[in-house]
Amino acid sequence: MLKAFENGADGVMVMGCLEGNCHFVNGNFRARARLARVSRILETIGIGAERIRMFNLSAGEGARFAAFVSEFAAEVQQLGPSPINVARQEAAKIPTGEIRV
Amino acid sequence: MITGTPKPIEEILQMLEPYDTIILAGCYGCVTVCRVGGEKEVEILASTIRLAREASGRKIAIREVCLERQCDPEYIETMRPYVEDYQAVLSIACGAGIQFLAEKYMLTPLLPGINTGFLGVTERQGEWAERCQGCGDCVLHLTGGICPVTRCAKSLFHGPCGGSSKGICEVGKDVPCGWQMIIDRLKSLNQMDNYSKLKPYKGWNTSRDGGPRRIVREDMI
Repeated sequence: MLKAFENGADGVMVMGCLEGNCHFVNGNFRARARLARVSRILETIGIGAERIRMFNLSAGEGARFAAFVSEFAAEVQQLGPSPINVARQEAAKIPTGEIRV
Repeated sequence: MITGTPKPIEEILQMLEPYDTIILAGCYGCVTVCRVGGEKEVEILASTIRLAREASGRKIAIREVCLERQCDPEYIETMRPYVEDYQAVLSIACGAGIQFLAEKYMLTPLLPGINTGFLGVTERQGEWAERCQGCGDCVLHLTGGICPVTRCAKSLFHGPCGGSSKGICEVGKDVPCGWQMIIDRLKSLNQMDNYSKLKPYKGWNTSRDGGPRRIVREDMI
């Protein structure tokens, strides 16, 4: 998850199975706990906990998947580029560009 | 195993303030098992530090390594070819490993990335508990396999004391009385006679009272 931010993502979505329906029994609950840790790290280092979120849905819910992506992409668009990308853009002196999710 | 907990990232970033190139060294031993200093934790901490530093406008270069054990010289030696190319080493091994690195690389500042905890066990995924204080004079054969030094908050040898109530120690409602556990266990093993075999007092000369301890095994040298 942190690598995604290092690689330039402005926001990261983590998709898990529906709670109670995971093939790995509690894998999605563990993923949620791991994500909570990453959220705390992002908040602590000034990138912002709101830039990462977990969504739960089944493999057959294509329309729901698309809705989640649109919703989160819009939120990240509102947030603007992550402080990492701002720092990189300033370092490279290029104008603030496209938002990456 | 030796357990530990991560230091707060703010504390680590403050320690790293003077440096722009570091080695972040993990250990495949105990700290990997208790999920605080292994290869995965090296990756997470390295990413965190890089992100924090880049966001603050001052990048840091991190070489990520994980040694087989930081408490054995042959594994520490594997860092020698490149250690002086970096300004500092941040280690997330236990305090023993960090000190051993510091002893071997006298010209490089060593920084601790974790707070070393205790000798303990994994009670369940993500939960560790203390079992041994390394007092150097084990009596577990007399106490039903339950250590009075560790499990009794006062390290008594003649408990339970007046602070024990319904099997719970007065220091906390989640802390079982070590001596009640010992008595219950001895009864279930039909070994209550062991209770009278315990020494009236414990000699602490095998513990830390004589300063740092050393073991020399002539047959192994």
